[in-house]
Amino acid sequence: MATPKTRASSFSRNVPSTAAPQVPGVKSGPNGTLFLSSGISDLDKILGGGFPLGSLVVVMEDPEAPHHMLLLRNFMSQGLVLNQPLLYASPAKDPRGFLGTLPSPVSSKDDKPLNRDSEQEKGLRIAWQYKKYFGENQQNSNSQRDNKFEFCNEFDLRKPLQRQFLSGQRVECMSTQDSPDLAALHDRCATFLKQFFRTDGNISGAGRIAIQSFCAPQCTYFDKEWHVLSFIRSLRSMIRSSNAVVILSFPPSLLSPSFSKRLQHMADTLLSVRAIPDEDKDLAKLLTGYQDMIGLLSVHKVARINTQVPIILEAATFSIKLQKRKFLVLECLNQAPVDGSSGTSYATSGSCSVSSKGGSLDF
Amino acid sequence: MDNLLDRALGLDGRGDRWPLLGKVVLVEDCVETGGAFVVHHIIKRFLSPQPAAASNHSLILVAFSQPLSHYDRVLRKLGCNLVAQRDHDRFLFFDMLNLRFPGEEFRDDVKTGSSVLVSLFEKIYNAVRALSAEKNCITIVIDDIALMEVVANGSSDSVLDFLHYCRTLTSEFDCSVVALNHGDIYSTTEKPMLMLNLEYLSNILVRAEPLATGSAVDVHGQLMVFNKGEHDGQGTPGSKVHNFHFRVKENSVDFFYPGGRG
Repeated sequence: MATPKTRASSFSRNVPSTAAPQVPGVKSGPNGTLFLSSGISDLDKILGGGFPLGSLVVVMEDPEAPHHMLLLRNFMSQGLVLNQPLLYASPAKDPRGFLGTLPSPVSSKDDKPLNRDSEQEKGLRIAWQYKKYFGENQQNSNSQRDNKFEFCNEFDLRKPLQRQFLSGQRVECMSTQDSPDLAALHDRCATFLKQFFRTDGNISGAGRIAIQSFCAPQCTYFDKEWHVLSFIRSLRSMIRSSNAVVILSFPPSLLSPSFSKRLQHMADTLLSVRAIPDEDKDLAKLLTGYQDMIGLLSVHKVARINTQVPIILEAATFSIKLQKRKFLVLECLNQAPVDGSSGTSYATSGSCSVSSKGGSLDF
Repeated sequence: MDNLLDRALGLDGRGDRWPLLGKVVLVEDCVETGGAFVVHHIIKRFLSPQPAAASNHSLILVAFSQPLSHYDRVLRKLGCNLVAQRDHDRFLFFDMLNLRFPGEEFRDDVKTGSSVLVSLFEKIYNAVRALSAEKNCITIVIDDIALMEVVANGSSDSVLDFLHYCRTLTSEFDCSVVALNHGDIYSTTEKPMLMLNLEYLSNILVRAEPLATGSAVDVHGQLMVFNKGEHDGQGTPGSKVHNFHFRVKENSVDFFYPGGRG
């Protein structure tokens, strides 16, 4: 596997590392890991680079809203745009129909979402010992803006993905509804992952597997908990020795809590999506920009491969918004200023410790 | 070089003998706070002991959770070279990650699952017998028990039998056994027999939990160490509970009392 230039000691030459692997769509990260983009640039940033190759991403669904589909769609589109083969499994009778809802990437001449990074870096007083890191970034930032599209694209949710990306052997689809057990899905995944088997040499390509609504009630294996766990365990072992990422969504509310916890422990990266109730006056008072939010995304666990240090996020819950009604963005939650003019503000309180719904928000 | 965890586990003595001989250590963690770093710490202390004379330590790692490359990189940053130890027969890696049962896996066959554990125990027993013939001090590390249950197709009886057999090794060969399990999986079960039995079996219980106030960059969580049969300074037998906070880093882990971060 192409090992990136890692700093062995603090006395290394200040040469900007251009040890990016030759494969587009794969970025090198710390501890010898390689990243794939999730298709959402904000999520890549939150997770520290993207989804590591060889990891299992689990998304916990909310039965009241299909927001997990947003994550799956961007993930799948990103792979197809970068020519990364995709295996998609869902409980629908005809999974290929879902491919028609995948978003199209924004081309450079279309308008793009505001690039917030450059605005934030102006006027930063950088302490001397960190200048060496920023110096590298500034050198590469211009070239990186073009290279960025080789890793992560912005997707326009209103335009469907062009047919050229969906043709060919790049996409395999499978329905999980009718199979009596998981052996068929297991074999399909095994065959798919064989092409990405990790060797010590350079990586030739990366693959993506998206499994939607695993353990949905309409699947016949729904109540065979230990079979399901066995499948996930085996999938996890296969993915560990492959240059691929699996994203799997499941509905925790429909499963027993201990089973759901076991699944959560098997995940490398664990996310959950939640619906935002419409017209919730308490939440509207609590958060700014409430009207634009379509849902909440929480990050419970970030993949720690080849390291024991956990990634502690400053905020674990983010709001899912559509910028200009077409770009998916994730934003930190901001508490709205408490209305000091009303005399009863203490009693009706907009503070999060009192509001029971706000108690589950972690910001 | 001693820290609060070493003191709680009894690893801060100056003797040549590995203090955890014949003991079972159970590490419990949860989704929010992983406890793998405790296992890494014990592995590191065991394989790279301070007095270099203790070079007869051998470790068997039964890994259901991660491949060798992961442990190798993590332990290397902690100052322990697993690959070199393996070349000197001081480290045995039982790769349970790549266990595949083509076709059999998805059938309702409890017997297959338990037979895997039976053959695993045979392998461990033979390895321990061979190593102890050379007067080695042996530790068996199991990562982790929840995945072992999945391999056994949910048969917690098989898993419990396996762990009881491992415990016989502690008395027969004076090995130590260190196992990692995820406590929060059983918290909703009414009578978590496996968990209760494990906690009863073990001599030392280490529990990693998140802080009550949520996650923080400086403090990653809190550890509760319950050392049954820990002797206090006067030599009177008793058990002691230790509580402290920790912060995990690449090269080490900081342990400190609440508020004592410095």
